[in-house]
Amino acid sequence: MSRGLAAAGPRAAMAGEMRQGGKLLLTGGVSSVEGAAGGGLASWALIAGNETDAGIGAKAHATYVALPDFDLTSGGVAVGIKDRVELSFARQSFDTRDAGAALGLGKGFRFGQDIYGAKVRLIGSAVYDQDRILPQISIGVQHKRADKAPIIRAVGGRQSNGTDFYVAATKIILSRSLVVNATVRVTKANQFGLLGFGGDRNDAYKAKFEGSAGMLVRRNLLVGAEYRTRPSNLGFAREQRGLDVFAAWSASKHVALTAAYVDLGDVATVRRQRGLFLSVQGSL
Amino acid sequence: MISFFLASLLSMQAVTPPNEDPVEPYEHSNANAGARQFEGEDMFRAFHGKEGIARVVDGMVDRNIADPRISDIFKGQDVVRLRRTLKEQFCYILNGGCDYSGREMKSSHKDLGLQAADFNALVENLQASMRDEKVPYLAQNRMLAKLAPMKRDTVVR
Repeated sequence: MSRGLAAAGPRAAMAGEMRQGGKLLLTGGVSSVEGAAGGGLASWALIAGNETDAGIGAKAHATYVALPDFDLTSGGVAVGIKDRVELSFARQSFDTRDAGAALGLGKGFRFGQDIYGAKVRLIGSAVYDQDRILPQISIGVQHKRADKAPIIRAVGGRQSNGTDFYVAATKIILSRSLVVNATVRVTKANQFGLLGFGGDRNDAYKAKFEGSAGMLVRRNLLVGAEYRTRPSNLGFAREQRGLDVFAAWSASKHVALTAAYVDLGDVATVRRQRGLFLSVQGSL
Repeated sequence: MISFFLASLLSMQAVTPPNEDPVEPYEHSNANAGARQFEGEDMFRAFHGKEGIARVVDGMVDRNIADPRISDIFKGQDVVRLRRTLKEQFCYILNGGCDYSGREMKSSHKDLGLQAADFNALVENLQASMRDEKVPYLAQNRMLAKLAPMKRDTVVR
């Protein structure tokens, strides 16, 4: 970091040279349940993949949320371009198990949705700007397309497709080994969009908050908690905040595991849905 | 007048230390270290004093030279001087009572053509070296917080 002035080495190649990988461990976040780089429930300002500003990276995830009366599975991919732009796709499937029969849908009835996401880092660096207050700030969109339009309309949902818009601010505070994130999401989604968008009780966009705080306890281990408020648009079933307590472990540069205790409150009239969130991610 | 000029040059530039190549004269200043010092002695102690700092720096430089990702950067460099000035820089930042006699970050890196991935590779090698020295993890991150902003001055493309 303090080197005598020497003749330029062979590295003084032309600008624009592409390079694979190079990002520091865990600084691309993990995969949120909606497919964006983030925590478990929250979308963060970090860009997915192991790339730096000179490359392209990618991340794939498979997530399983086991609740008392439902199962949520999510799988998807995200591509990070030059640590600047993130494009993501996730497919979610929500299995109503026995509750489906009680709700009159049939046992094991599944709600599904596809989520197409895009995120752009606007300003700041969560990692390098340790001498500045300014966090890394990104804006993003998530276009969601649910697959059970007739049911969604029957329970009061207004649309089966919708788009969330969010702004996220993430800061890694190295001097305290902390990672903090705050996201404001403008949304009409019911249960993340699985039950459509808008409802008989409310059909307007609402600003909702996603907060995460974690501590780097080891080089490859981040533990923390998240809190996410959600709209409650449907008259038949109130929707509450979600929260989780998570541990994200990087087994290597390419493999990470996230485990969390998650509380989604009441889901489709079934009370107290708290359970286990497990996710495996592979990244390049 | 000329002798006065020479004398002031000499005051800025000590004699070249053994086994180092001479460098163009420049003004010595602790401000060149590119980071503010820690307060107190906790951090200096966490690095086990000057001996620990020397082991951390040597371990990092050894790893860098052997690291296929970044070894090219160090070819043709004065590694003897590099080790000395890095030890001074770390000791100064860790409030170990040292002065930094090296160059400031921008001018010393301007011709190296570093990318973010090079900077990160060096950080990983420093982390491995700090782990070897058993520097507590939270103290490692406090040090990295001082060094991370140097990316702005050292990474040029």
